[in-house]
Amino acid sequence: MKHLLKKIAMLAVAGGIAASAQASPEADREAFQNFYKNRFASVPMEEYPNGVYSIDPVGRENWEAIEEFPPYETFIDDGQEMWEKPFANGKTYKDCFADGPAIAGIYPLWDKKNGMVMTLPLALNKCREANGEKPLKYKKGAINAITSYIAFASRGQKTNVIIPKDDPRALEAYEKGKKFYYTRRGQLNFSCANCHLQNAGMKIRSEVLGPALGHTTHFPIYRSKWGGMGTLHRRVTGCNKQVRAKPFKAQGEQYRNLEYFLTYMSNGLELNGPGARK
Amino acid sequence: MTISTKLLGMASAGVLLAGQLALVPVASASDPSMVEEGKALAFTRKKGNCLACHIMAGGKAAGNIAPPLGAMQSRYKSKAELKAQIADATVKNPETSMPPFGRHKILSDAEIDKVVEFVWSL
Ligand code: HEC
Ligand code: HEC
Repeated sequence: MKHLLKKIAMLAVAGGIAASAQASPEADREAFQNFYKNRFASVPMEEYPNGVYSIDPVGRENWEAIEEFPPYETFIDDGQEMWEKPFANGKTYKDCFADGPAIAGIYPLWDKKNGMVMTLPLALNKCREANGEKPLKYKKGAINAITSYIAFASRGQKTNVIIPKDDPRALEAYEKGKKFYYTRRGQLNFSCANCHLQNAGMKIRSEVLGPALGHTTHFPIYRSKWGGMGTLHRRVTGCNKQVRAKPFKAQGEQYRNLEYFLTYMSNGLELNGPGARK
Repeated sequence: MTISTKLLGMASAGVLLAGQLALVPVASASDPSMVEEGKALAFTRKKGNCLACHIMAGGKAAGNIAPPLGAMQSRYKSKAELKAQIADATVKNPETSMPPFGRHKILSDAEIDKVVEFVWSL
């Protein structure tokens, strides 16, 4: 995938971006966003949070009909109940997240103390455990209710992932996530970039491949195929499986670093979760 | 639901066609039963799933990631050359999205030979 990266870098140069010799996350992001600007010249930036529906007019019609009675609505309500209901010790989520519930915009963040990428689902479970509650599962179930509520309250915030300069491990985590994105895996030998960059807008069988830009703005999602809701890590598990790769652990280091990179690529895009997808 | 009945219809038409071909001596280097087996392997999702990316005559709901496959004999000098492309497309193009069917054992060598017979006939 080095070549594809180089191509993107070249695109960036062609687009008039001063590419520094040392690629930085900021240069990566500009190249990434310019790649889509060039490929889908008529699609405005604000459209990308709508995922594949930003480029697929047929799917979009269906989606707009679904959004009239959003299938994730009850999850938002359940999540609000979870947010407000005291834990057994009398405390609530609010005791962990003073600025809550509209906090989706600060995740994923670099947790310097623990030297790791902290995601919203992981932070929620840390809060639960600190208060003597059982952690929630990371792909299906109640985690999607509480994060739906938080996502809904955070609508309109802008993606703004920060890679602090005072801890080189943060940049390292970003680089690992980036490498993950461009590495081919599985018997079918695909990287994430093969589908969502190289072939974005093309059809694999009758499925349109969506752009990676905006992939992180709207989780959790209600997916008709699932008949329920799922987290970002559940979705990525599916993408790994469909190329016959062994998926990694939800909220494990690989997917957290991946989320750090992928969300950074969407910096500047508006949060619009929870989402509904086919 | 209608799709599966249509597919069934197509499959039996295919069998019929193959049966007829077997009766008529044709001047072809391809063994018609190999071609039919290759076609099934090429179209089935669990096997070749070539239609995910290539338009191929007789196939439905094809993707458009890759060039349509047709007139292969005008572009490939030999079946061996065609087989090499299917066995590992990354040799010719390291950036390709085409899975390396032989190298990653997605299809067995014997299965690839059948797919080659079918694609060669397009
Ligand atoms: C073989 C093709 C393929 C590969 C490889 C692949 N994906 Fe996907 N992915 C899809 C398709 C098809 C969809 C559904 C259409 C869409 O939203 O793009 C999808 C959807 C997604 C979504 C949900 C988008 C949304 O708007 O809700 C995310 C996130 C995603 N993929 C991330 C990844 C990541 C990360 C990887 C690598 C680990 C990956 N994908 C690898 C085909 C692929
Ligand atoms: C996920 C996508 C994908 C799948 C699945 C796929 N291919 Fe391809 N194929 C490609 C692409 C892209 C090319 C264009 C050349 C390249 O990138 O190597 C290609 C090129 C080819 C070529 C060369 C075409 C030419 O005109 O020279 C042949 C032959 C071929 N594929 C056969 C097959 C067969 C047979 C199968 C199934 C067993 C298959 N492909 C499955 C993506 C795919």
